[in-house]
Amino acid sequence: MSIEVNGRKVDWVENETIKQLLKRVKYTFPLVVVKINKEVIPRKDFSNVVVPDNSKIDVIHMISGG
Amino acid sequence: MNKNKFDKIKIKLKNASVGIAGIGGLGSNASIALARAGIGRLVLVDFDKVDINNLDRQYYFLDQIGQLKVNAMKENIRRIDPKIKVEAYNLKLKRGSMYYPFKDIDVVIEALDEASIKTEFIEEILLNLPEKPIVAASGVTGYGHSDRIVTKRLGNLYLCYDKYAISSKDDVLMAPRVCLIANWEANLAIEIILGEDK
Repeated sequence: MSIEVNGRKVDWVENETIKQLLKRVKYTFPLVVVKINKEVIPRKDFSNVVVPDNSKIDVIHMISGG
Repeated sequence: MNKNKFDKIKIKLKNASVGIAGIGGLGSNASIALARAGIGRLVLVDFDKVDINNLDRQYYFLDQIGQLKVNAMKENIRRIDPKIKVEAYNLKLKRGSMYYPFKDIDVVIEALDEASIKTEFIEEILLNLPEKPIVAASGVTGYGHSDRIVTKRLGNLYLCYDKYAISSKDDVLMAPRVCLIANWEANLAIEIILGEDK
């Protein structure tokens, strides 16, 4: 019963949304791109999409400068 | 120089196209590198004009101040190789249509400035053009620490990345590091087009 967030093993919590997960693992950046098992999740769905058990999650955050 | 190898890849590069979102510090320098490398078609997108404060790191010149960046860059590329096809779009990328100019190019380079726009752009390309390779960059500020830059690959997203760098709002932007990462992005685009250099 665990998931992987950016390569780090994290406990899986039933019915937890992406938004709740990001808060739990303390990813406080307001804007991130999230992939669950390689699939991109639109930001507008962060509070609806539930994180499945055993999933591999990539959280990409960008910083300003260019 | 290995002429045989160069002749082989020259044709591939000539037939390739790269789209660059943002022609500022990252985008102007990446465009020039890609033009010199021989990419046949470049799609440039930016809304801004050349400002005197850009000249410390962006590939423009004093006599181009006030010109639209996309037009100034088109001219700079023409001066290197007039045969390169340059499509210049003077527009501000807006949510929902950010991917439009990049539909029919081989590789997209994210060279935008603000974190929020960078993130929105990447998300939009990944969702709307899922087969399109996109090269993005995060962490261009400061100086030194060249060897902290890494390429992180997530499917079709290639991220040039320094996890210790901080926002440009709290740090400086300087030509050596900005150009380093701009050329890192251009180099990745070439690698995506040609395949790994064995």
